[in-house]
Amino acid sequence: MSRLLQRLFGRLPIGWLQLTHKRGRFLAALAGVAFANVLVFVQLGIMNSMSTATLRPYEFFRADIMISAKDANAMSEGANVARQWMLQALAHPDVTAGMGLLVGDVPWDRGERDITFTTFGIDPAQPVFLSPEIAAKSALLQVKDAALIDRLARGLPREEAAAIRPQTPLSFETLGRTLTAFDTFAGGGGFGGDGFMLVSDQTFLSLFPERSSSAPDHIFLRLRPGADVAAVTRDLRGLISDKSLRIRSYAEAAQEDLRYQQTQRPTGVIFGFGVLIGVLVGLVIVYQVLSADVADHLREYATFKAMGYGPRFFLGIVIEEALVLGLLGFIPGLAVGTGILTLMGKATTLPLGMTPGMAVTVFVGTVVFSILSGVIATRRLAAADPADLF
Amino acid sequence: MADDMIVEARGLNHWFGTGEARKQALFDIDLALPRGSLTVLMGPSGSGKTTVLTLIGCLRAVQDGSVRLLGHELNGAGEAELTALRRRLGFIFQSHNLHESMTARQNVIMGVQVRPGIPDSLAHKAAARALGLVGLSDRLDYLPANLSGGQKQRVAVARALVGNPALVLADEPTAALDKASAGDVVDLLKRLGTARGTTTLLVTHDNRILDRADRILTLEDGRIVSVTDKTGDPDGQ
Repeated sequence: MSRLLQRLFGRLPIGWLQLTHKRGRFLAALAGVAFANVLVFVQLGIMNSMSTATLRPYEFFRADIMISAKDANAMSEGANVARQWMLQALAHPDVTAGMGLLVGDVPWDRGERDITFTTFGIDPAQPVFLSPEIAAKSALLQVKDAALIDRLARGLPREEAAAIRPQTPLSFETLGRTLTAFDTFAGGGGFGGDGFMLVSDQTFLSLFPERSSSAPDHIFLRLRPGADVAAVTRDLRGLISDKSLRIRSYAEAAQEDLRYQQTQRPTGVIFGFGVLIGVLVGLVIVYQVLSADVADHLREYATFKAMGYGPRFFLGIVIEEALVLGLLGFIPGLAVGTGILTLMGKATTLPLGMTPGMAVTVFVGTVVFSILSGVIATRRLAAADPADLF
Repeated sequence: MADDMIVEARGLNHWFGTGEARKQALFDIDLALPRGSLTVLMGPSGSGKTTVLTLIGCLRAVQDGSVRLLGHELNGAGEAELTALRRRLGFIFQSHNLHESMTARQNVIMGVQVRPGIPDSLAHKAAARALGLVGLSDRLDYLPANLSGGQKQRVAVARALVGNPALVLADEPTAALDKASAGDVVDLLKRLGTARGTTTLLVTHDNRILDRADRILTLEDGRIVSVTDKTGDPDGQ
C-alpha cells in the first residue's frame, strides 16, 4: 500500500505512514468513518424506500393525465372528484379514454396480525389503464367480490400468497363481506398500508356503500398516441370549470406526490435530517482525527517547514490522510450498511436495500467531505512555527 | 559581499514583543561566514544565539539591518523567497525532530524530496549514502523508536546533509551525543566544509568541539563580545 501511494503521489506517503503508525488509533478512526457511512446509508435507504413505496401504486396503472381534488397530495389522499369532469374531458379530441379510481383502506383480520390493504376500485373492462401484469388478470375482477391481492404484502406469508391461483382462490371476510382473491400481483408494504388490493369498482362500492361511482378519488385519462400531454393538460384546465381541481400529467402527479412525502410529511423531513446528521457526524469524526493528528505532529511539520516545504505539501499530507480515512472507512461502512438495510427490509417488508446509486452518492460524499475536513484541519498547521524549534 | 561569503550580516538589530513589552534581543551584529568554514556561536542562555540562527535560517523576518544569504538580501524578502532559500540550507536541531512513523531512510529522504524533480531511486540512494556517512548503514529501515538517542541525532544530521546544503545551521547538535560521537559529527561537518565547501554555523555549549572550529563568536546580551579566528581571516567579523 505504501509503495502504491508513493507511486501515486510521487513522494513518500507521509499521511499513510502517520495514520498507520498507531494501528489502534487508525482502526478507531476508520470505525468512526464507517459508522458515519452506515448512518447515512440507513437514512438514505429509508428515504429511497419511501420514494419507492410512494411511487409504487403509480406503477400499477397506465395513464397520461390524472385529475384530482386540490387537497390530493398523494394517491391515497384528498377529497373526491365529480365524475362529470371525466365526461367533459372525454369531449377533448385527444382524450381517448377515462376511468375513475376509487381508493380506500380494507382491513383483513387474520387473528394474530391484521393486514391493511390500500385498495383500488377500478373498471375491469378498461385494462388499458392497468400495468401489463395486472391487465392480464383484470378479467377476474369482473366476478362479484373478486380481488387481486398483493403477494408481497406485509404479514402475508409468501407460501400462502403463492398458493393463490384462479383454481385455488382464497376467501376472506372483511367489512361485512366475503372477498375472494383469485390471483396476486407484486406490490409491497409501504409506510401507510401493509400492501395493495385491486377490486372492481362495483365490489369497491359494496365494501364502501357510502361511496358513489359518481365521485371517484381520481380520474385517469388516456390520450391518443402522439398527443401532446402538456398541451392537452392546458386545454383541460381551460375546459373544466372547477378551477380547484389538480389537472396534471400522470408523471407530474407521481413526482409531486414524491416531493410532498419527502418535504411536507414528517417522516420525509426526519429522514432528510437523518442524512444531514450522518454527514455532519462523518465530517466531525474525520476533522477530529485529522486535527488531532496535525496537533500530534506539529514539531515534525515545523521541521518540514524549516526545511523548505510549503503550504501545498502540508495540504497534500492532510488530504492524503483524509482520502485514506474516507476510502478505507467507506468499505466497511458499505458492507455494514448493506447488511443493516437488508435486515431492515426483511423485518419490515419495506423496499429497503443498497442500490448502486446510493453507494456511489455516499462514496463521492465521503471523499468530498473528508477532503473538506482535511482542508479545515490544516488551519492548525499555522501553529507549527519552525522558529520555535530552536 | 565577497563571492566566498555565504552569509554576511551588517548592523543587525532585532526586537521581540510590542509596546511596553518590546525588548531588544540583538544589537548591531556584524558577522560573515566564509564558504566552507565552521563557525561556533557561543554564549550564555538568552544572549541571542538562537535569534541569530533563526534570522540567518530565514525562519524569522529581518527587522533592522542587513543579512545577505547566498547572495540574497533577507531584509524585505517575501515568504516564497525565504522558503526557497531554506531549501538550500541544512538544519540540525537540538531535538532530533524525526518523524516517528518514518524509517531512518525515509526521514533522510525528506531532506532530498524538498527539491522537486529528484527521481525516487536517486533520493533513496542519496539517503542511504548520507546515513552511511554518519555510520548508520545498518539502520536504514529502523524506526526512530528503535534507535538510540545518539543514532537519532545522527539521522537528523544525515537529513540535514543529504541535500548537499550550502549552509548548515546547527543548534546544540552534540548535546545528546557521547564524546566520540560528538567528535565524529563535528569532524563530518568539518570534512564536508573542506570537500564540498559546506559552511556550518553551530550553536553550542559543548567545549569538547571548540578545537575543531575555524572561528568562535561569543555573544552576550545580544552583542558579539569576542571573536576567535583560527584561520587568520580578517573578514571573520
